[in-house]
Amino acid sequence: MQYQSQAVAKPYFIAAIGLFVGQILFGLIMGLQYVIGDFLFPAIPFNVARMVHTNLLIVWLLFGFMGAAYYMVPEESETELHSPKLAWLMFWVFLVAGALTIVGYLLVPYARLAEMTGNSILPTMGREFLEQPTITKAGIVVVALAFLYNVTLTVLKGRKTSITMVLLLGLWGLAIFFLFSFYNPSNLVLDKFYWWWVVHLWVEGVWELILGALLAFVLIKVTGVDREVIEKWLYVIIAMTLITGVIGTGHHYFWIGTPGYWKWWGSIFSAMEPIPFFMMTVFAFNMVNRRRRDHPNRAATLWALGTGVMAFLGAGVWGFLHTLAPVNYYTHGTQITAAHGHMAFYGAYAMVVLTIISYAMPLLRGRQANSNKAQVAEMWGFWLMTVSMVFITLFLTAAGILQVWLQRVSATPMPFMQVQDQLSIFYWARELTGVVFFTGLAVYIASFFVKGETKAVT
Amino acid sequence: MSESFTKSTARNIFWGAAVFSFLLFLGLTFDTSAKLPKRDHRENITPEVVRGKQLWEMNDCIGCHTLLGEGAYFAPELGNVYKRRGGDFIKAWIKGQPTGAPGRRQMPHFNFSDQDLTDLVAFLKWTSEVNTENWPPNIEG
Repeated sequence: MQYQSQAVAKPYFIAAIGLFVGQILFGLIMGLQYVIGDFLFPAIPFNVARMVHTNLLIVWLLFGFMGAAYYMVPEESETELHSPKLAWLMFWVFLVAGALTIVGYLLVPYARLAEMTGNSILPTMGREFLEQPTITKAGIVVVALAFLYNVTLTVLKGRKTSITMVLLLGLWGLAIFFLFSFYNPSNLVLDKFYWWWVVHLWVEGVWELILGALLAFVLIKVTGVDREVIEKWLYVIIAMTLITGVIGTGHHYFWIGTPGYWKWWGSIFSAMEPIPFFMMTVFAFNMVNRRRRDHPNRAATLWALGTGVMAFLGAGVWGFLHTLAPVNYYTHGTQITAAHGHMAFYGAYAMVVLTIISYAMPLLRGRQANSNKAQVAEMWGFWLMTVSMVFITLFLTAAGILQVWLQRVSATPMPFMQVQDQLSIFYWARELTGVVFFTGLAVYIASFFVKGETKAVT
Repeated sequence: MSESFTKSTARNIFWGAAVFSFLLFLGLTFDTSAKLPKRDHRENITPEVVRGKQLWEMNDCIGCHTLLGEGAYFAPELGNVYKRRGGDFIKAWIKGQPTGAPGRRQMPHFNFSDQDLTDLVAFLKWTSEVNTENWPPNIEG
């Protein structure tokens, strides 16, 4: 740790990992509800478990991004953070607001929560991933603005690098596109159209800039490859991201009432979305192969390489699988979508946050890298989680193919619930691999407590 | 990448790509906005439809169901449920929940008034009339 104020990243990383545990627990509950329908009903209905699962994911990734920025920006800018106090204050505001929202989901019926939080004044609730009460959304905006103010001022007073430029662009984009979550017209088609300006332009747009910046930072640190080379790659990758991803939004505009020409725009541009992810994989391996030093933190290098591969598979390959309009006509809104969602979010965003945590956390704890024993444990966590996510994705894909066949393609289509019964073997397999994932997460967390010999930062 | 391809070239390509993509996207958005009224039939959005959408949101229906293929994949598609089942069936179904059948997926009971049910059905009927390019492929959704 070169600057004292980088220390503020630590609580953000710890909160991220804590919320990650909650996300997986609720994932296991939902997975079981897929096969034992009345499990925990009516205490935790499926929709509540799902809100908690997806909202925790978003919140822990945001904690991860903010922690990453607080760690990276002082080091890149070669100056202390503008206000560590503000960063600490926002940490508690965000954590308490997030926790209250989750508790609200769990303790009160959703309609009651909407009433209590005055949803009728500005109705924004009840839309997928944007279930947060309007007042929570306003809180997210306040936290995001305070955070952006803090890191932007730091960048402005210090050295400006391409990495901080791209990171800031991604983070500002994240905040700006979130504002569309406040627009909720009565016309469902318009509602859906602009809902994607939050959801798609986040995960297949500006978040990829953040992903690229985090990965580039860690690769510079662990490989010692010249900054010029790494930043050149970064620009080319994110250029491809925006060329393919922005018009690629069209792959959500096939069947929601939007004009038919989106089938062409959406199919062609989103079919190219794997390209930047493939470049990211090549980039990561290339830099590690050309490394000029052997960084003692081998676990961080493994996470960086893993991010490249899994983001390409999950977001790139599994996205391409169902992105062409003639295919999507049959697969839209099935378990194929769920399969893609799981591996893409884990491979791209969960893994890149775990990459920066893996690199930064030992330094925040006063050592260059963790002991060999601790790193071995962390790598066990990596492999258990990553391999089980591959199998979760494969089982959901199998379920999806069968679902599409029985419900959509067959000459005698079966009703939804009858089809679901036919898929239960795959749902059971997914749940079991989910338990393996949870075990991997436990091993990962345990690795933070494994002792052994370490070298202090020199 | 070769030495002659510099970082500043890459940065310029990035900015060009970003500006071009967003302008093209905005252009397509304007065109879509102009074409939408004929496809979403907004002239049929009555006060009932508006209230129906609010009820849909306030009860987080999207947390289990899909609507035009978007949402959760735990319960049936409802974009075409009006065509599949009809208004009376939908009302009776919602009133009869949860079934309590052991081991089966359960839908909560929502205590809707008759007016609420009428509003919800109006919303689902309007949704089923949106021009979705013939999606879903068949009535089962």
